[in-house]
Order: sequence, then C-alpha cells, then structure tokens
Amino acid sequence: MTEKTAREVLKDDSMMIQKKLISGHYNNLAQAREKGKKIVYTFVPGNIIELVRSFGLLSMLPEIDSLQSAMRKKSDQYVAEAEKMGHSEDVCTYVKCHIGMIQSGIPGPDGRPLPEPDLLLLSYTGCFTFLKWFELLRQRFKCPVVLLQIPYQAEGKITKDMRDYIVKQLKDDVIPALEKLSGMKYDEERFKDAMRKSSQAEEDFVWTLNSAKQKPSPIDAYFGGVYYVGPIFTYFRGTDEAAEYYRVLREEVTQRIARKLGPITPEGPMRNEKFRIVVEGPPNWTHFREFWKMFYDEEAVVVASSYTKVGGVYESGFRHDPENPLSSTADYCLGCYTNLSLPSRVEMITNYIRDFQADGFIVHSVKSCNSFSAGQLLMLREIETRTGKSGGFIESDLVDSRYFSPSNIKNRLESYFQMLDQKKGGRS
Amino acid sequence: MSEINDILNRCQELYEDLSLGYVQRWKEMYGKKAVGFLPVYVPRELIRASGMLPVGIMGGGDQIEIIRGDAYFQSYICHIPRSVIEMALSGKLDCLDGMMFPSICDVIRNLSGMWQLMFPEKLSIYFDSPQNFESDTGGIFYQNELKRILDEFSKLSGITATDESLRDATALYNQNRRLTQQLYRRRADKPWEIPTSELYLLLRAGNILEVTEHNQMLERYMALASKENRKPLDNSRLVLNGSFCEQPPLGLIRALERAGGYIVDDDFVLAGRMIKSEIPLKGDPLENIVEAYLKDSKDVPFKYNIENKGDELVESFRENRADGVIFCAASFCDPGLLEQPMLQGRLDKDKIAYTSFQFAENTGQYQVIREQVGTFSDTIKLWGGQ
Ligand code: SF4
Ligand code: SF4
Repeated sequence: MTEKTAREVLKDDSMMIQKKLISGHYNNLAQAREKGKKIVYTFVPGNIIELVRSFGLLSMLPEIDSLQSAMRKKSDQYVAEAEKMGHSEDVCTYVKCHIGMIQSGIPGPDGRPLPEPDLLLLSYTGCFTFLKWFELLRQRFKCPVVLLQIPYQAEGKITKDMRDYIVKQLKDDVIPALEKLSGMKYDEERFKDAMRKSSQAEEDFVWTLNSAKQKPSPIDAYFGGVYYVGPIFTYFRGTDEAAEYYRVLREEVTQRIARKLGPITPEGPMRNEKFRIVVEGPPNWTHFREFWKMFYDEEAVVVASSYTKVGGVYESGFRHDPENPLSSTADYCLGCYTNLSLPSRVEMITNYIRDFQADGFIVHSVKSCNSFSAGQLLMLREIETRTGKSGGFIESDLVDSRYFSPSNIKNRLESYFQMLDQKKGGRS
Repeated sequence: MSEINDILNRCQELYEDLSLGYVQRWKEMYGKKAVGFLPVYVPRELIRASGMLPVGIMGGGDQIEIIRGDAYFQSYICHIPRSVIEMALSGKLDCLDGMMFPSICDVIRNLSGMWQLMFPEKLSIYFDSPQNFESDTGGIFYQNELKRILDEFSKLSGITATDESLRDATALYNQNRRLTQQLYRRRADKPWEIPTSELYLLLRAGNILEVTEHNQMLERYMALASKENRKPLDNSRLVLNGSFCEQPPLGLIRALERAGGYIVDDDFVLAGRMIKSEIPLKGDPLENIVEAYLKDSKDVPFKYNIENKGDELVESFRENRADGVIFCAASFCDPGLLEQPMLQGRLDKDKIAYTSFQFAENTGQYQVIREQVGTFSDTIKLWGGQ
C-alpha cells in the first residue's frame, strides 16, 4: 500500500467499493421490473432506508437523480422541460429537474430507463418542498403515497411528543404500507441487524469527518465530503458493503495522516494547505469540478461543512440504535441538518470554526433551497460576531446552470481569499 | 360622511398603521399583552383565552421602504419576510410581546429562528401543525403542541387558560367565522354591493381588532352595505387563488376590480376562514379546536393533500357561479407556485378558464396585470369560462 500514490489508493479501494455499490444499485433498478422488484421513491434527509430494505424493496432518491443529471449536464434540459410544462422559474430546481427527467422517460446513468415508483414514501424532513414534490409526482403516478412527517426542531431539542408522533406514524402508516407493497411481514430482527451495520459505518464516517481537524487536513470535507457521504446518506446505509466502505476509507485516511498528505482533488493531491475553510450550504452540481477548482487553486481546503450533515448529524454522538429501532429512527430523522433551527445551525458552524481551526467560512447560498437559504445572511453575521472570523458569501443554484456565474463566483472567492491572506499576514 | 365610510376609513387607518397604534392603546387600557402571528392560521382562541390580544401580521405591503430588511434576504426569497424584519427592526412591532410562526413554508420556519437570534427577549413560537389528519396520530401531536403553546402563554401573560375561557373564546371566534362567511356569501350574491377592496379592508381589520369589536364592525357594515344602492356592472365573476400568505397591495386589488371582473371568492387573510364551520362548544375545547383543523380546514398549499387536489377550488368556482379563475401568487413563493400547476391541471379537467400572474407585496405597477385580467374577463364574458 505504501508504494501507491495517495490517488491510487483512493481509486483502488474506497472509491472502487463505492463505484461498485452504485453501479450494482442502478443495475438492480434497471432490472427491477423483470425481476419483480418493487420500487419505493423517498427523500434523502431523514430517509429510513434500513426499514425499506428490510422488506426487500428497492429505493430511488429523487434528489440524487437530479444531482446526477446535473453532473451529467442533463439538468438544464430537464428544468427547461418542466418549465415548459408550466412550472415556475422561481421554484426549487431539484423538483423541476426530476419532473423533466420523468417526462424524458427516467433515463438512468447508463441510459437504461429507471423504474417508476410503486410507492411514494414521503419522508418529510426539513423541507416543505418535499410535500409538493410528491404531490406533483402523485398526479403522474397513480401509486400509493405514505407520509412520515418529522416535526421541526424549532427549539433546538427533541421532545417526547415529537418522537412519539414519528413512532406512531411508523407503526400505523409506514410499516403497514411497506408490508402491503412487499407482501412481507415486518421483521424487526432484520431491521435491527441493518441498524447495527449502520451504526458501525457511522462510527467510521464520523472519524473520517473529524480527521479534518489534523493539519494538514487529509480530506476535503465539502467537495470530497460529498463522495464520503454517498453510501451513508443514500441507498446503502445498513449494508455490509457500506460498513466496509467506511472501514476502508478510514484506513486510507489514517495512512494519509501518517504521511501528512492533504486531500485529493481531481487534479491530484493538494500539496499545500493555505486556508482552512468551513462551508455552509449545498454545492452546485452543474459546475462541480470548476467550483472545486476555485478552492484548490487558492490552496483552500474545506475542513467542515454543513452539507455533509443533511443526511444525519452524527458528530454529536447519535448512532442508529438496534436496541430501540423505531425511536432511534425517529431521532435520526429529527436530527438532520435542515431540520435544525437557525440558532442550532449557527452554533454548529461556530463550533466547526473553533474545533477545526478554520481561517474563515463561506456561505454558498443556492436559489433553489429556501430551507437552507432563508436566514443565511443573518447566520453569516452571527457567526462572524461569535468567531471573529470573516465570512464570504456566494450565490448560485443546485442544478440550474443559469444561476452559476463562474466569473462572478471566482472573483468573489479570490477577493475573499486575498482578504484572508492579508489577515493571516501573508503566511502560507 | 356616511357611516359605511366611517367604517371603511377606520379599516384603512388600521391597515395603514404599521406601528399598531390600536394594539398599543389596547394594551395600555387593559394592562394586558399582545401576541403577533404570521400567515396563515393560528388558533387565536388560545391567545385570547390566555388573556392576550392576537394580532395578525401580514407584512408591510407597499407602505414601508425596505432599508434594512433586504440585507437579511437574498433576492430570490419572497418579499414578506423582509418587510416583517423591517417592521421589527424599526420598532413597529415592539408592542408585540410574542410572535407565532406557523409551519407553512421554509421561509416562515427559518424566520422563527431569526427571531430567536434577533429578539431573544421576546417569546418566539414555531407553531408546527400536523400533516397527518388522523385524530389519534396527527391529532395527538397537534393537541400536545397546543398544550405546549398554552404553557408558554401562561408564563407570558400570567393567565392560565381554562376550559371555560377556551370555550368563551371559541364562541366569539365562531361568531367571527360566521359573520365572515356571511360577508363572503353576500359578496358572491351581489358583488357590486360588497366590493372586494372593502371586504379586504374588513378582513385586515380583523387581524388587529379585538374580536368582539370586529364582530360588531362586520355586522354593521353588512347592514349598511345593502342600503348603499350600488348598481351592478356587466362584469365577469372571478375566483382568485394564490394569495394565502404574502398579500397583494390594496392598489392591486382595486386595479383587479377595475379590470372588469368581480372577485367572488379568494384566499386572502385566511386566519378567520381557515376553519370552515363553527367549532363545537361541547366537550373538550382543545380537542374541538384540533378536530376542526384536522377535519374541517381549508385546502391550502401548505397542507398535504394527495387525494382531491383542486376539488375545493372547483367547488368554489361552481358554488360562486364564477366564470374563471385568476392565479395571483407571490413571486418566489414555493408552496404557492408548486401548487399552481396541480390546481391548473384540475381546472383543465373541468375545462375551467384561468389566467395567472405574480406579484410582490410592494408591486407598484399594476397596468400590465390590469390589462391581462381585463382581457381575460372580456374573453370569458364573450366565450364563457367553461
Ligand atoms: S428546497 Fe432544498 S431541501 Fe427542499 S427539495 Fe429543494 S433542494 Fe431539497
Ligand atoms: S409568500 Fe410563500 S414562500 Fe413566502 S413566506 Fe409566504 S408561503 Fe412562504
């Protein structure tokens, strides 16, 4: 292993595991109809993938479909398609991209069409748009819908009433709907077993994110982070393969730390860590690489990000608990980042800046997402006041390239990093 | 000046007084507190039963210059939160001892957190309503939520609501609902007698006035309106939809009326109309409030509805003998704008004509909208709306 370059290591091991997982999943989806598999569409934040899988069902996550479309440069055409159908320019582009994709026959990553849903599992966590999204889909697919409403943590804490409400919905609505669709009875042992694997993966995942406290940071916790969150936020949490992915990733990062190596970028390992940055907000997917380059060209490493918490905040100690499968599922859903109050979000980022010894922070505000964006300008000021660090502010969108203005964003970032440089006294 | 004009002038003054002079005077007179709430609906019964004045805040419309509010919101976020912040920062909401943020969208949701950060000395309540409408699931959650809120109110006002005070408050708001519905029916019957701009001002007055006073005002207005001898015009009859949260400026409502269409139903100022019928007074008062929301509340974009999307709109179209529908949604309003294609699909199914435009609460130019609605009105008058 030591003979390999860091780039090879990642490519050879954890990345390859992830690639295999993803292609296997899409292959299963493409063959789902032939093999008589039933399909559940559900959302990323607060997903209950372990439970869905315990019924032998396959899932699809519309946000992932949208972001992948953007990375494949297809999203603009899908968004345009949805707008032609009468969807407003003003609304979330994830929704429009997905609707346009459906209109185009739901092409999968390899071009084979992906299946339509047999059930819409509306796990309604941290964003009101989810409600509308599945209402819209229901107009098209006449399949059943089951709702799992997750109350908002407005006061910054989970209450018994919230948890009870979720558990009741799981027992009365969600589990019966999954039983009906799959023809299988709820098997708690199977569910618990998946949770055990989830918690194992979560341990290694948190360790990986925390590795960015090292100097230099061995990972980029935003641009690299979106790859690391892949298995655990999406289809694979609770599987042996996902647990293996995080075990291998941890090993790789351990080696990087030992060798004092920085993160790997699309252009190879970063040689120097000039700025340590915290980022709030999701990335842009239409120009993901270009966006990332604007950071690594400045030798800026993202050491912590809020986006890598949308599918669960694990650093505070939460783990899926096989001993209490339903109530711990409830706590998981309640704890996702966009379900947290603004004061909690401010506190979280403030802590990141301190704990990860960041030089500054950047708010990337996306037009699509009011859940993230409304209030971000106040967050920026609050965090600046609390930490004494200057924040940068940039705007674009998730999957609509019309709102990604490369020169504008680059200029802003350059000025921001220049300012940070001056503050640091030009040290590198 | 006629008495009806006195009433309307009073309403206009209340509408224009963003500093809430009435609320300040009420508080001084009674030595009590006031709690504000943002759109769309909170059970005002709880505030009243806790000895406080509920005050509906619907933004600053076109009457406030946004100086600081814009620094808090990106350009792609609707207008109402920035005018609310502007009002708060300029001291106009100082007389409110607490603020409630109903769970209607991510903007209002996040505004609740902004309030906690910006005004930590004030009570800030995020009011989470259920999307599960089963009594023993969403109902229990909602009831616990109401109990939690009552606890907060009791701490704030020093008055603990009792079954009796909740029942009394429900009775008064029942009367208010009854009168408001009567007003709507009267307008639908004879829209020339009750112009929408007047109805609208009366509704807005209900956001501020103590409920008995508002009830008297509604009764008096209706008694007087029929004597005004206003003549019908050859206008089309329109149902307006989409303005459930951010409100169009009064000037825009007047411009719509002048465009040749009578508005015969709308979704403005829903606080008093969200619950469709009277809430029973027998039995547990809190449970009754909960049940009314679960089983008898309006179909609005922030409520989950998978089975009969748009049916209520079609029903309103038929009941009010309308000729067409105008979608009048706030720009950047995600729930409203995501809902719209579904409603339009439903109207298409019944071959009901519609037109749509967007506004911001501070829109100053109405000419284009007026022409659009004018053309639409003329067309459906000529060719029929169905
Ligand atoms: S508004 Fe934000 S959280 Fe909601 S669906 Fe769109 S991108 Fe996702
Ligand atoms: S106008 Fe729409 S998006 Fe804006 S606060 Fe109201 S409901 Fe939310």
